[in-house]
Amino acid sequence: MKNLKYLLVGIVFGIALTKGEAISWFRIQEMFRFESFHMYGIFMTAVPVGALSLIILRRMKLKTFAGDAIEIPAKEYHHGVIIGSLIFGYGWAMTGACPGPLYAQIGSGYTATIATLVAALAGTWVFGFLQKYLPD
Amino acid sequence: MEFLYKPWPWYVAGPVIGLTVPLLLLMGNKRLGISSSLRHICAACIPASIPLFKYDWRKEIWNLYFVGGVLLGGFIGGVVFANPDPVAISSSTLAYMQTFGISKQTGLMPGELFNWGELLTSRGFILMIVGGFLVGFGTRYARGCTSGHGIMGLAALQWPSLLATMSFFGGGILFSYYVLPYILTL
Repeated sequence: MKNLKYLLVGIVFGIALTKGEAISWFRIQEMFRFESFHMYGIFMTAVPVGALSLIILRRMKLKTFAGDAIEIPAKEYHHGVIIGSLIFGYGWAMTGACPGPLYAQIGSGYTATIATLVAALAGTWVFGFLQKYLPD
Repeated sequence: MEFLYKPWPWYVAGPVIGLTVPLLLLMGNKRLGISSSLRHICAACIPASIPLFKYDWRKEIWNLYFVGGVLLGGFIGGVVFANPDPVAISSSTLAYMQTFGISKQTGLMPGELFNWGELLTSRGFILMIVGGFLVGFGTRYARGCTSGHGIMGLAALQWPSLLATMSFFGGGILFSYYVLPYILTL
């Protein structure tokens, strides 16, 4: 099963989110109220570690394990980057969940958050349905 | 073995999260991103001829394995090795929460708000259903979330991702100061 390795990375990612309390509604409220450094500390270490790794991958011209060149497509600007992210921010403040924690909150025993995940799927679907009417 | 139950400080959790970026690339040119999984599930279940969902989601199935892992990781970190103590939030956040009747408790979520019965109240419905809907709608509109823009995009020095990160933090900050207090008193 070639996809099983992604399950394993997902497990590590999920444990880090959960043990780092990034899936905690309490921590998200605290972050948005600027009452602790904790969540900012997670971002301020995750991003540089990711960025430094990318620099190393490029400098050493590393290939994937299968021998392919590593590709990182550019993110293109569209207005949705701002409008959509603002909307997402409101939802994050309500649920305490960005998409990763949607899954981890369920796993951590708060089964009612299955409803949050289903609602997020509905939101994604409705966006797809309305996309042609919305400014890009 | 007591340390297994302890929460991780930010300087442990952050770097582990950051290291998934090169790991996924090395494993198979996969870009960290979680909100895409919601799109793949829509494409697999109810594509309804909507252009956004007309693609071969099977080629992206690694992403569904990944989020399956995130759910299992939540179980391992939140149930098997659950922290026996309440989340150590700052005393000012705790005091603020208590003004809305949210008690100090063990567990990562306030049990008063995130339970099945609460879904039938206007407060719980707004927090879980409306909130979840906005997460799904907004992240797809932005084509990325905290992982795809906030971590992967920023690590790759993509300026649209910086705008996205500033916007979702801005949205969350505005919302928790000006709107959330009204929802919590419903």
